Amino acid sequence: MTSSLPWIALLLPLASAIVILTITRPLRSVSALVSVAAVVGSFLCAVVIFYRETSAAASFSWIDLGPFFQVPLALTLDPLSRSMLFMVTGIGMLIHLYSLGYMRDDEGKSRYFAGLSLFMFAMLGIVLANNFVMMFIFWELVGVSSYLLIGHWFERPAAADAAKKAFITNRIGDFGFMLGILMVWVATGSLGFVGIAAKMGSLTNHPGYLTAAALLVFCGAVGKSAQFPLHVWLPDAMEGPTPVSALIHAATMVAAGVYMLVRTGFLIDASPDALHVIAWIGTITALLAALMATQQDDIKRVLAYSTLSQLGYMVMAVGLASGEAAMFHLFTHAAFKALLFLGSGSIIYMLHHEQNIWRMGQLWKRLPLTCLTFLIGTLALIGFPGSSGFFSKDAILALAYEKNHTIFALGAFTALLTAFYMTRLVVVVFFGNKPRTQIAARSGESPAIMVVPLLVLSIPAAFGGFGFFARRFLTLPNESHPGAIVPLIALAALVIGVGSAALIYRNRESEPIHLALFRERFYLDEFYSFLIAATQGLLASCSAFIDRWILDGAIVRGLSGGTWSAGFVLRLLQVGNLQAYGFLFGLGVIGLIYFAIFH
Amino acid sequence: MLRFIVFAPLLTALLILFGSPARWTALIGSGLTALATLVAFFRYDAGAGGFQFVRSWTISESWRLHFLLGADGLTLVMLILAALVLLCAVWFTPPIEKSERLFYACLLLLASGAIGAFASLDLFFFYAFHELALIPTFLLIGIWGTGNRYAAAWKVTIYLALGSFVLLLGLLLLYRSVPVASRSFDLRVLQSLGHAGAIAPAAQNTIFLLLLIGFGVLVSLFPFHSWAPEAYASAPAPAAMLHAGVLKKFGLYGLLRIAMPLLPEGARHWSWLLLVLLSGNIIYVGLVTIAQKRLDWMLGYSSVMHMGYIFLGIASANLIGMNGAAVLMFAHGISIALLFALAGEIRRRTGTLVFSDLGGLAKIMPFAGFAFGVATFAAIGLPGFANFAAEVMVFFGAFRVGADLQGLHFFQVTTVLALWGVVISAVYMLRAYRMIFMGAPNEKWNILPDLAQTLRLPVILLIAATLTIGCFPNTALRVLRPTFAPSVAQSTR
Repeated sequence: MTSSLPWIALLLPLASAIVILTITRPLRSVSALVSVAAVVGSFLCAVVIFYRETSAAASFSWIDLGPFFQVPLALTLDPLSRSMLFMVTGIGMLIHLYSLGYMRDDEGKSRYFAGLSLFMFAMLGIVLANNFVMMFIFWELVGVSSYLLIGHWFERPAAADAAKKAFITNRIGDFGFMLGILMVWVATGSLGFVGIAAKMGSLTNHPGYLTAAALLVFCGAVGKSAQFPLHVWLPDAMEGPTPVSALIHAATMVAAGVYMLVRTGFLIDASPDALHVIAWIGTITALLAALMATQQDDIKRVLAYSTLSQLGYMVMAVGLASGEAAMFHLFTHAAFKALLFLGSGSIIYMLHHEQNIWRMGQLWKRLPLTCLTFLIGTLALIGFPGSSGFFSKDAILALAYEKNHTIFALGAFTALLTAFYMTRLVVVVFFGNKPRTQIAARSGESPAIMVVPLLVLSIPAAFGGFGFFARRFLTLPNESHPGAIVPLIALAALVIGVGSAALIYRNRESEPIHLALFRERFYLDEFYSFLIAATQGLLASCSAFIDRWILDGAIVRGLSGGTWSAGFVLRLLQVGNLQAYGFLFGLGVIGLIYFAIFH
Repeated sequence: MLRFIVFAPLLTALLILFGSPARWTALIGSGLTALATLVAFFRYDAGAGGFQFVRSWTISESWRLHFLLGADGLTLVMLILAALVLLCAVWFTPPIEKSERLFYACLLLLASGAIGAFASLDLFFFYAFHELALIPTFLLIGIWGTGNRYAAAWKVTIYLALGSFVLLLGLLLLYRSVPVASRSFDLRVLQSLGHAGAIAPAAQNTIFLLLLIGFGVLVSLFPFHSWAPEAYASAPAPAAMLHAGVLKKFGLYGLLRIAMPLLPEGARHWSWLLLVLLSGNIIYVGLVTIAQKRLDWMLGYSSVMHMGYIFLGIASANLIGMNGAAVLMFAHGISIALLFALAGEIRRRTGTLVFSDLGGLAKIMPFAGFAFGVATFAAIGLPGFANFAAEVMVFFGAFRVGADLQGLHFFQVTTVLALWGVVISAVYMLRAYRMIFMGAPNEKWNILPDLAQTLRLPVILLIAATLTIGCFPNTALRVLRPTFAPSVAQSTR
């Protein structure tokens, strides 16, 4: 049945952003409630849509240039988008509620909640988009809201720089994305996903062109889902408020790249070469990010690198031609990573914005509920048997085992590293002999508005992987399981990772291992800075020099008859001379016209 | 209707010179003009298409001079832009110390020149109105400018006069390119002659080149752009708004109105040259923009850079690209006017626009920070703003010219460069925003007043205009479609 519910779900957050901006901005608490009300409304719509299988009514013509170019705004409602809608609004709602506590006394609370609402609007737009241009529109809007929210505390130079870096890095990815869209459009003459899928024949006849187009579309995902080599913005994005990190930079927006790849699977899957590249990019990202995570001291940065690493798994699954496995991990990851980030936010909030794990310690006594839920999230992330992450990661590893043994080996090693760095984090933060600072010693449990979302999120994080539960939401990957070998290897990796980390970090006061290469993120940020300075910076300075001293300085001034001394200019500026000049010019013009007409 | 739109700013200027209170007269005059353009826009019958509201007065039969006004969709969009930016420029005019009357009169004259040129269907008046606008430009920079204002005033005037001279040559050759009996300055006559193929291809090539250079100089086509940044940096903010936002569009309007439909052969012949030059606008000037250390120069260069996208839409010579170019003219006019207005307000308060002297202003002037942020987002082409809708059309229009599945050709390569330009403009605009508005506030600026309440209305007007077209591009396309449809040959649509 058709209804306008999907449009309402999409537009409610937009309405909330507008209302906050124009009306309730001075009333900070009202703004917060408006935003929460909107997301609750969207969630209720999503629930109805999910269970009643409605399809969207009416579409709206955005650009109409006759038969040559039509861009409609219309919504896709299939099982994929319906479950994604449910997940995004559900987690979004919990994080809005949590923000009521976390941002309670923030000066820019109205701006914050307007940003969250704008984000929800944009994210739902990506989920529901039925054509490439519409997806690109919301894709960019998501980038804007991310920019606004990372830069929420814009007086802090680090936050301001991080916001800019995130936006520009994403723009580089979008450069490729738009180019890919153009190539697909030229080849198929269509923008809608259904239309393109129907005309894939015109692309498959040109495998080279198809591969290029698919990889360019993938570029968009590389930016948004922070894959190597455009991953550098995500760790810096942790400068934003923690609920934002949980919602945008862990659970939803960064997963949008994976969602887009699954949505356009008909295109990506048609090119084996593109799939190969995608699988490797995912694998490299998963591995590098896990290595970097082992040496970070900031609790949010550890989680950020682990997000990169898990996104790498999802992209790997896409590259192995299993969108189902990618979506499965996307869903479980959304639950447990949101849980972990909100848990870290609960600690940071109670420790007065302390984020260094070496200044925490023995926090299980101070924040028991946070500790318990954080542990559940950790077990899911490291793939403890029975937890949600176990099933979804196992699905990806099994797939890799079937298709590419090298990727499987690297994936399993990444799983080991994941167990290692998460155990390190938990041991250092929650256990140990005593709290390492006064502030940690005096902390208490967070307020209920923040703890309740943690408890709610623990449920899917713990049990979301069981087939009877997950199948309500997703098509699970085929159970062509290659025997017990894969889970056994995964289990071995888990035991080795947890065991070694527990041995090394038990009762430590400071970091015993120093690996500068990992700590400094393989010096990639430094390398990029150098690269930008050496190319863009140098080119810009050269062009500016040429423009000022050669093009303008020599040529223009030379042509215009050399030096205009100030006195001469002043004399000409006198009204009489100006008239003379205008008169002469006018005379010349009239002469020319006379000549043209009468000769 | 058109008579009112064309003469209202002129009459207002005269009234002010004869002693009517300057600011209020200017506000009312430009406000009425803006309303009239809106009325004309909604009264235009898009189903019928073509030129409407046509009025003609014969000046001289032997010179074949007629004062001929008329408007189609393209004209109307440009008229709305001109009147809206004029209104906001007047509104944003700060208290003027020396000869206030002359200042307002100059603004109104500058706008009348642009409006008259847009609404003229006669080549002579089309040209003459634009020349009229050069005089107030010169005075505005020379008398009320900042920095090295005399040099800047002379440079821009001489440069533009030379450009218009080349343009005049081209227009006269165009006039003489058809048989004696059918010669006319009437654009409608010329258009029907052009469609009938009365202009020989060889002649088309010469004339198109002259028009391209002539119009190109006026639009700061690379490498004829170096007048623009200096002029905009020196000009008082309202003059920069009007010139960069409106008058500069005259050259683009001329290409869309005259060169492209009348000289299709010439356009095809020279498209390689146009593509090379517009890539210079986007990439080379884009890089120069990154290297700027002051906001006014950076905005000046950025407006030069963005002309490249409009040229790209025009060069594509198909419906998608030309409609995109027209919408982008509007979009760019609005966003650059807002940016220059806000830059002027900052300079009035701090006396400097050097990035390293500023910082953290969003904390001290929240509304200015908000408005500048919105203008930044519009300028870098984010969805919701007209710039995005227009750029999408330009990219799609340009990319499909001569495309096949074998590889990239000239148009595709240029589109790729233009897409990279989108990254470049994000780099410099966000850097500017970061350095001016974000970061820790500079102690020096702790007590700056925010934008005055009365100035918030024009800001909101401009934002509303760009959001309307950005969210609903069909409002503009309704009248633009019938403008371009007949002039684009069936095969190249």
